[in-house]
Amino acid sequence: MIYLQLFWEFAKVGMFCVGGGYASMPLIQASVVDTWHWLSLSEFVDIFTISQMTPGPIGINAATFAGMKVTGFGGAVAATFGFVAPSLILGVILANLFFKYGDIGPIRGVLNGLRPAVIALICAAGISFIFLALWNTETWPEELSKIDWKGLLILGLSLAAIRHKFGVIRVLLGSGILGLFFAFLPF
Amino acid sequence: MPMKTALASANAHFYWELFKSTFLISAFTVGGGFVIIPLLKTKYVDEYGWLTDKEALDLVAIAQSMPGVVAVNASVILGYRMAGIRGTLTALLATVLPPLITLSAICYCYDLFASNHYIQLILKGMQCGATALIVNVGIDLLKKQCKKKLILPIAIVLVTFICNLFFDVNIMLLVFADGLIGLLFLRAKKYN
Repeated sequence: MIYLQLFWEFAKVGMFCVGGGYASMPLIQASVVDTWHWLSLSEFVDIFTISQMTPGPIGINAATFAGMKVTGFGGAVAATFGFVAPSLILGVILANLFFKYGDIGPIRGVLNGLRPAVIALICAAGISFIFLALWNTETWPEELSKIDWKGLLILGLSLAAIRHKFGVIRVLLGSGILGLFFAFLPF
Repeated sequence: MPMKTALASANAHFYWELFKSTFLISAFTVGGGFVIIPLLKTKYVDEYGWLTDKEALDLVAIAQSMPGVVAVNASVILGYRMAGIRGTLTALLATVLPPLITLSAICYCYDLFASNHYIQLILKGMQCGATALIVNVGIDLLKKQCKKKLILPIAIVLVTFICNLFFDVNIMLLVFADGLIGLLFLRAKKYN
């Protein structure tokens, strides 16, 4: 029964978390920490920390972590799939609507407005990631000169590699190896 | 069923490629949402040619406007566009499994992981690599948008960018406003 409970609880979070990422944190906290006491607040903060440095969206990480704490791996699977179930159902419905009605005037108009918005959000994400990668801050760096030179070099090399059709996976792996390698350089 | 479901490439090999590439991107990408989307776009559009630029952006816009995690929504919708319900399930599983496995493993040895110097160095390097990939996609899309020489869409990019980055305006609010502007002013054919 606990599996069903985990599944349902995270399905609700998945259904109502609008805005993604950090916007879902309070919702997850309300359910996992405040209502069900599956995790303590400090464990919840740990998830947040882990999410900063492990792959995966924070919502999925939280679901996995909470599920593990409650009943082990089975719980993690139940919570995670509960979390993505609403996305699956709604996504398929919306995709179908898009294929059917995507070409009529008003919907086209909305999408024509949203496409530039997505470009802007990708660019904004790029800039804030540059801040994070090179100055270790999420906002404008206070001292521009305190740049991480090795990080800048990895970024530049990666950019050159992807421009020369190196492939996403190879660039990511290569940058990880460079990060380790550069740390042993004497300067 | 969606149009062109029966993609010529929709065979076992296609599903394996879809699973493999999505799985690896999800496994090696730190941070969700708009970090993973540019990478999926690079893979699906630029490397494999399974989708066009415009389709990918339209579908990501839909993924952004629905509840749930943007990365998961995007893989559900992009997967559906490429190969119907089976494509959706393939992409979804490939997106969800890496964090599920990693987090379960880390759960057992959290302290070791969080304090291991070498793991930190590798992750830091990968963060720089991922940044380069996002920047690349951003520049690419921006260039294509500017080439069309349409004032209003470029204005939308600029204003949305500034509002998001400098004024922390809620993303849902921005998406809603831009959708409304599109509904009112961008229905002409030339904007398609």
